[in-house]
Amino acid sequence: MSNTVFAPWDDPSEQPLIKFENVTKRFGSFIAIDDLTVEIYEREFFALLGPSGCGKTTLMRMLAGFETPSQGVIDLAGQNIATVPPNLRSVNMMFQSYALFPHLSIWDNIAFGLRRERMPKDQIDERVSEMLRLTRLAKFARRKPHQISGGQRQRVALARSLAKAPKLLLLDEPLGALDKKLRQETQFELMDIQEKTGTTFVIVTHDQEEAMTVASRVAVMDHGKIIQIATPDKIYEEPNSVYVADFIGDVNIITGTATPSGDDTYAIQWSEDTAPLTAKSAIPFSTGDNCHVAIRPEKVAISADKPSEATNAVQGKILDIAYLGNSSTYHVELPNGAVIKAQTANTRRISRRAFTWEDTVWLSWTATAGVLLAN
Amino acid sequence: MTRMSWFNTVSLTLGFAFLYIPIVILVIYSFNESKLVTVWAGFSTKWYGELLRNDAFLNAAWVTIKVAVASSTFATVLGTMAAYVMVRGGRFFGRTLFSGMIYAPLVMPEVITGLSLLLLFIGIGLDRGVLTIILAHTTFSMCYVSVVVSSRLVTFDRSIEEAALDLGCTPSEAFRLVTLPIIAPAVISGWLLAFTLSLDDLVIASFTSGPAATTLPIKIFSAVRLGVSPEINALSTIMIAIVATGVITTSLISKRQVIRQRREEQEAERS
Repeated sequence: MSNTVFAPWDDPSEQPLIKFENVTKRFGSFIAIDDLTVEIYEREFFALLGPSGCGKTTLMRMLAGFETPSQGVIDLAGQNIATVPPNLRSVNMMFQSYALFPHLSIWDNIAFGLRRERMPKDQIDERVSEMLRLTRLAKFARRKPHQISGGQRQRVALARSLAKAPKLLLLDEPLGALDKKLRQETQFELMDIQEKTGTTFVIVTHDQEEAMTVASRVAVMDHGKIIQIATPDKIYEEPNSVYVADFIGDVNIITGTATPSGDDTYAIQWSEDTAPLTAKSAIPFSTGDNCHVAIRPEKVAISADKPSEATNAVQGKILDIAYLGNSSTYHVELPNGAVIKAQTANTRRISRRAFTWEDTVWLSWTATAGVLLAN
Repeated sequence: MTRMSWFNTVSLTLGFAFLYIPIVILVIYSFNESKLVTVWAGFSTKWYGELLRNDAFLNAAWVTIKVAVASSTFATVLGTMAAYVMVRGGRFFGRTLFSGMIYAPLVMPEVITGLSLLLLFIGIGLDRGVLTIILAHTTFSMCYVSVVVSSRLVTFDRSIEEAALDLGCTPSEAFRLVTLPIIAPAVISGWLLAFTLSLDDLVIASFTSGPAATTLPIKIFSAVRLGVSPEINALSTIMIAIVATGVITTSLISKRQVIRQRREEQEAERS
């Protein structure tokens, strides 16, 4: 197990823990989830990513039992749970607002779910202490939620939802209320705890960086549908649509028409007074098909002279420079009016930067740098 | 402290004078030696002693307290239930009508409420007494409780209840173990409001009381029609003292709690 890659979704003998089959959820005439099918495997850290209103929260609330699907089947470990009420599911949720019980101490908050199970007192004591150790909260056990800081409250919420050892833990924007630095620390803590407990985590977030950091697989959603499910690197490097490419990270989208030139290679005519671009693609295109080339800015090289061996090279003028500290993004305007972004790492001190505004530069990228997309 | 402008000083003085001069006069005359209310004849507490020997007043006071405790308790239970359904029940059929009907007694003239209750009690053949006053007071104070409780429920984070369900509570356990303890302050202030409303109600009580049971406000009102006696001044002073003590105590307690909570939150963020 230790030297094999964790990828149960590629193993046909693996049974998924959760199965959504053709699930639709309507609120009046509004379709929140549209005929959605997805499988989530045990021990996975699965991220639902999308803009607000894309249906990711509804999907999670159906898993928790706060919403019932209008149509379709939700399977958890072989049992259809579509109509099982939340208190009878082996699923726990960590709420965005943490939803701690303000009238109970941290200890009693964590013990709350165990007491509902009528667990013997000594086992409750043991389990709560274990959770307090796991989340490093032991010295706050007797405090009330308002007597601890935001980051500590977040950990209490996590401990409380993990205490019952659920088959599935749902996390609704779990880090949304923390500031950036604490959020990054907590992301690694979450991954660590997920690994230690071996629980399946499903996280809802609108923060793509968060999803990429913590998740084993990411599902990008829009308008109640899942657009793409893949590992974070595939989502980034091989998006299946302009929507995903655009939603995850920064991207240049060049629209044109394809002409096959053999060996999975295509010439893309995109502007009358510019030479066609060259791109490789595993997806076939026919002559005259509309296509989009999606190129990440960090895969575009910027230079003063025309690179001799580049497959694609265009000349333009620097319009804008966004200095981000560790990197700089150059917005380069081409003669035909298109603006292409190129990102370079700032490995040198800024005083020695080579280019400035209005400079004429060459942008170049390889045939495999961009992804060719049909829509 | 900044110095107040003369305008503010005058407004403040006038305002307080309007509110409290009548009460102060009443309190002073309750310690009057003379039987004549308008003539000061020296300090005395004898009217308080007289009051304690007056069985009619004591009986009325006992009835009033029984009615107030019982009706405010019933009103709190019903009003809390109504508020919970209104805020949490979702958009069920007839919700708007129901919410309008709950709050109608707030604006209904008391005379009409009293009269309609009287007709009802006669209609169903219920003898007027302590029970009818309790029912009548429950009816009109319930809507006040439900206003107080629902304003708390509206600001209540719904996900706290969902968390309780998620951790294995049935809906009724979630209400008992989580919702009720959190809204308890609102429920208690609803009870206190219903209690005071019942304590000083004259109009509805006079429609629904019978010869067997008279409340204190009715007793005072009918006594005053025969002329103001120093005993009534003494009785009123005692009532003012009770109410004032209650109000001051509760506000001090809640203020201290707010200050303590804020201090603890600040300490938590600093650590």
